[in-house]
Amino acid sequence: MSEAKVKSAATAREREGAAPPLTIRGLSAAYQKKPVLRGVSFTVTEGELIGVIGPNGAGKSTMMKAALGLIPRLGGEVLVYGKPYKQQRKLVGYVPQRESVDWDFPTNALDVVMMGRYGHLGLFGRPGAKERAIAMECLAKVGMADFASRQISQLSGGQQQRVFLARALAQDASLYFMDEPFAGVDAATEKAIITLLQELKLQGKTVIVVHHDLATVEEYFDSVLLLNVELVAYGKTKEVFNQQLLQRTYGGRLAFLDRNSLSKTDSAEG
Amino acid sequence: MNTLWTLLRDPNMQWILLSCTLLGLSSGIIGCFSYLRKQSLMGDTLAHAALPGICIAFMLTGTKSILYFLIGAGLAGVAATFGIGWITRHSRVKHDAAMGIVLSSFFGLGIVLLTLVQHGGYGNQAGLDKFLFGQAASMVGSDVLTLSIVSLLLVTICYFLFKQFKLVSFDPGFAKGIGYPVAMLEQLLMFLMVVAVVVGIQAVGVILVASLIITPAVSARYWTDRLGVMVVVSGLFGAISGASGAIVSSTGDSLPTGPLTVLAATLLFLLSLLFGSKRGILVRRMVQQRMKRSLGYGYEEQAATASVDDRLNKEASL
Repeated sequence: MSEAKVKSAATAREREGAAPPLTIRGLSAAYQKKPVLRGVSFTVTEGELIGVIGPNGAGKSTMMKAALGLIPRLGGEVLVYGKPYKQQRKLVGYVPQRESVDWDFPTNALDVVMMGRYGHLGLFGRPGAKERAIAMECLAKVGMADFASRQISQLSGGQQQRVFLARALAQDASLYFMDEPFAGVDAATEKAIITLLQELKLQGKTVIVVHHDLATVEEYFDSVLLLNVELVAYGKTKEVFNQQLLQRTYGGRLAFLDRNSLSKTDSAEG
Repeated sequence: MNTLWTLLRDPNMQWILLSCTLLGLSSGIIGCFSYLRKQSLMGDTLAHAALPGICIAFMLTGTKSILYFLIGAGLAGVAATFGIGWITRHSRVKHDAAMGIVLSSFFGLGIVLLTLVQHGGYGNQAGLDKFLFGQAASMVGSDVLTLSIVSLLLVTICYFLFKQFKLVSFDPGFAKGIGYPVAMLEQLLMFLMVVAVVVGIQAVGVILVASLIITPAVSARYWTDRLGVMVVVSGLFGAISGASGAIVSSTGDSLPTGPLTVLAATLLFLLSLLFGSKRGILVRRMVQQRMKRSLGYGYEEQAATASVDDRLNKEASL
């Protein structure tokens, strides 16, 4: 890492001392009576892109939602830059799954991005020219400036995803949670998103991403969190993204996985 | 026409007209959020659930005061909400079915109580049955004042908490993430809906009051893709419906206000459905035609219709 990068990363750290962006201790959550997340603990390093990997039902989204307080926790502690999450909300940005909202809602792209500023407005504060300018800037960063006044149902899936990302950018957070931002987007959007993630990283921000495509994990992420209800492994991608640990994460589904990753390597070589 | 003019000059009528207009306005505005949160039918459930609440309030106090009715209907609404929640949590019954069960049982109880009240020894029970279909003309001065103040209060709350209501309706998860008290805001929206329903009951009646919550909002959606505009248009549609209901019912032979208000709202809905500038049938047709033409289908279609016409002509001549 160059000096310049370290310096830009220092802003959040100066504000918050030397505490890591996120520390999770013993986080558990359940839907009805079935535990879907059991005693997960880890600490993330600042300025990293972290991939959260695991089979369906492994509790990846649940972990994010429980950490953000969107669903009740059974137990555990979440520290953001050394303090309880509730005191640090403004430092945290969130990109929910695209399907979590009704895109037929009467609003346009710019308006959705401006929602990212709501956390910075007071109880009765109304978004004004300043918020509008910030939102436009964020839309431009994801290549959506031309679609600002487009009704959101008139956008493609990839464009909707980019609007959600722009909204997270407008939050101007230091730590981001993104729930499957790459799900169902075309190659162009995927490239736009990963470029943006790398830009955030250069600014010293930390991004935690729920990810499904094992073929791109090594290329995209500095660290990987392998999850299957319990934490299987967490560490640098080089160290933990290996056959043995993946086997433990995905269990019986590995045969399929093996063939899959093999064919991908084949096609990449061919 | 002359009678209408005399009616409108009657100060009593003016007050009733004003309160019905404000009532429609506030229901239309609240209705937008209910509609977008897919809670439209909840309004209907709450309205039907209000009837036993009103009857019990009357039986306990012996007066026909809107304030007591509000409390009774509000408590009944809360009970209904809890009932629905309890059924969905503790059985495999889905939300819509649970609403159906609660709605009909509360309404049944309401009718039983209403009958008891009418045959009981209550002195001034006359007019309580007006709560079924609404009778704006039967409102007295204090009712009008209460209704107007409550309606204005609803509108004011929606104005000041617009940002919060919007985000909670669109993306409650994100709202929670930035620290909004989402559960509280949702409860508040539900409470405002109960209030809108209850104040609407005297003018529109328990059976139909929900349509003042649902119809203006649905109609407004045909005219705009912006929530701010939709809320204003919906409020306007509600106000027009409320006013026309009040006017027509007082000119006619004691026609009930509720059905007339609902018919006015439905007329506005039909107009919106046809001519709405964003989603109306005509606009959609026009866009489709333009698209077809730009893709070069126009000529073929003309040719196709021409040949059909030819054939029809031939058949006719045979």
